[in-house]
Amino acid sequence: MNLESLEKLINSELTTKINSSSINHDELKLKIDEEDLHSVILFLKNDTRTKFRQLIDITAVDYPERDTRFKLIYFLLSHENNLRLNIEFEIKENYQVKSITSIFPSSNWMEREVFDMYGIHYKDHPDLRRILTDYNFSGHPLRKDFPLTGHNEVRYNEEDKKVIYEPVKLEQNYRNFDYESPWEGTKYIKDITKK
Amino acid sequence: MPKETKTMNLNFGPQHPAAHGVLRLILELDGEVVEKADPHIGLLHRGTEKLIEHKTYTQAVPYFDRLDYVAPMNQEHAFALAIEKILKINVPIRAQYIRVMFCEIGRILSHLLNITTQAMDVGALTPTLWGFEEREKLMGFYEKVSGSRLHANYFRAGGVHKDLPIGLDNEISEFCNSFPKIIDDLETLLTDNRIFKQRNVDIGIVSKQDALDYSFSGVMLRGSGVPWDLRKSQPYDCYNNFEFNIPVGKNGDCYDRYLCRIEEMRECVKIINQCLEQMPKGPVKTNDGKISPPSKKDIKESMEALIHHFKLFTEGYRVDKDEIYTAVEAPKGEFGVYLISDGSSKPYKCKIRAPGFSHLQAMDYLIKGHMLADVPAVLGSMDIVFGEVDR
Repeated sequence: MNLESLEKLINSELTTKINSSSINHDELKLKIDEEDLHSVILFLKNDTRTKFRQLIDITAVDYPERDTRFKLIYFLLSHENNLRLNIEFEIKENYQVKSITSIFPSSNWMEREVFDMYGIHYKDHPDLRRILTDYNFSGHPLRKDFPLTGHNEVRYNEEDKKVIYEPVKLEQNYRNFDYESPWEGTKYIKDITKK
Repeated sequence: MPKETKTMNLNFGPQHPAAHGVLRLILELDGEVVEKADPHIGLLHRGTEKLIEHKTYTQAVPYFDRLDYVAPMNQEHAFALAIEKILKINVPIRAQYIRVMFCEIGRILSHLLNITTQAMDVGALTPTLWGFEEREKLMGFYEKVSGSRLHANYFRAGGVHKDLPIGLDNEISEFCNSFPKIIDDLETLLTDNRIFKQRNVDIGIVSKQDALDYSFSGVMLRGSGVPWDLRKSQPYDCYNNFEFNIPVGKNGDCYDRYLCRIEEMRECVKIINQCLEQMPKGPVKTNDGKISPPSKKDIKESMEALIHHFKLFTEGYRVDKDEIYTAVEAPKGEFGVYLISDGSSKPYKCKIRAPGFSHLQAMDYLIKGHMLADVPAVLGSMDIVFGEVDR
């Protein structure tokens, strides 16, 4: 089985559930609606031809200017067919996504990470807590509107003999220069001739 | 009347030497038997992915060294490959050989650390002392080629930063001759050692199905009998040109994983030897002036080279709008980079898929029903490094 025949197979089996499919960089990309997530993943995992038995990762992308702010991507791998596939769909802020922990137990932490980093909530998740950030952290760091420097900083206070939290104070602000060139270069590679 | 039993909560870490870093493990114990394990991670979270979004592609490379800091170049490799695939850069063949060679050196570095510290966790101190002497030599190679022992920052999109210094190939070749003897010595200390076997055989067994369900990769997957290695199944760079075997375990316990790692080190030596034999002469980075910086000589002679140099170190090179997932077989498993570029010189998003993250997630499943003393053994055999788990 190769990616082209896989694309055909999936499109014929899941006709209405696949909004569009494309092959890019040796990977099949399926665009679906959130409601179909469970059925699509179950089919891909259990079908004897597709055999996508492993969930590689789940991640989100933030596009603050869009109406459907977040794009969620699920990466699957089939060892038997040696093929990779990703499923993506877009959701609005505050939308609750169905958890897939019942299909892939490994999605537990991955969903926790997406929740922690982007603030996307999951329905039926057994244990939706923050995972990478500090205890009592507020905000979702990988959202584009979260500042790179963060809000709080931590230090050991000699007088109180304990670690304290304070608002970030920087001696110099983070400097973000705009180096982008307004000119386009040549399209060809020029040989530097030896003199 | 039923006997009342009470479980005890125990805090393992975050400053425990056997936690291999900053892991806080909350264990629920019934006597000495672990009922539940809840790993709290993130104590080493540095926001790598957020930082990369604010750096140019060249500036992002050093962040990859700081993920799995015992095998830095393997991760740079994934990032470099991702950019190369988007920009469709042809990497010179010599650069590919150098990269593969240093990735294998990284694999030995990582496995040496893991095997010896795993042994230390279960009570053997000597392997650590012997193994670290060899690691020192390998880090010497890192230093000779990149200028630093740990955080190399050596791979670039389109090749590597600099060619090998004169004489380094002989030194690596000498190392390859002497190192198999060291592996043998380590094996005499551990493989048939009664205590080591008592602590590792039949501990932390992972079945094939569970290894897949829990997204295991690398040795954790191979130890359970799944012959899957990205170097063979989805070869990148010049891995096609080498002859090597993939050791696969049978029982999926800690001991099998240890054996896999030992065998993998022998295979690494084979690959490095083949690299040294086959390595052609030639350039070590692409000649596209828009991507790799010009030589000092060219800067002094050519105006265009000077402009390129200036633009590369201020704006950086631009990467076309695209999305890509690239994975490499890092020593710990599948290390992936999901890169979204938007046509500017900074990534729009860079998600890092660390193998250790999935492995540590299965801690609860692996340790349930085992004794408290097995926690370090299981943790050791998972090969956890917090740089990559916490990112």
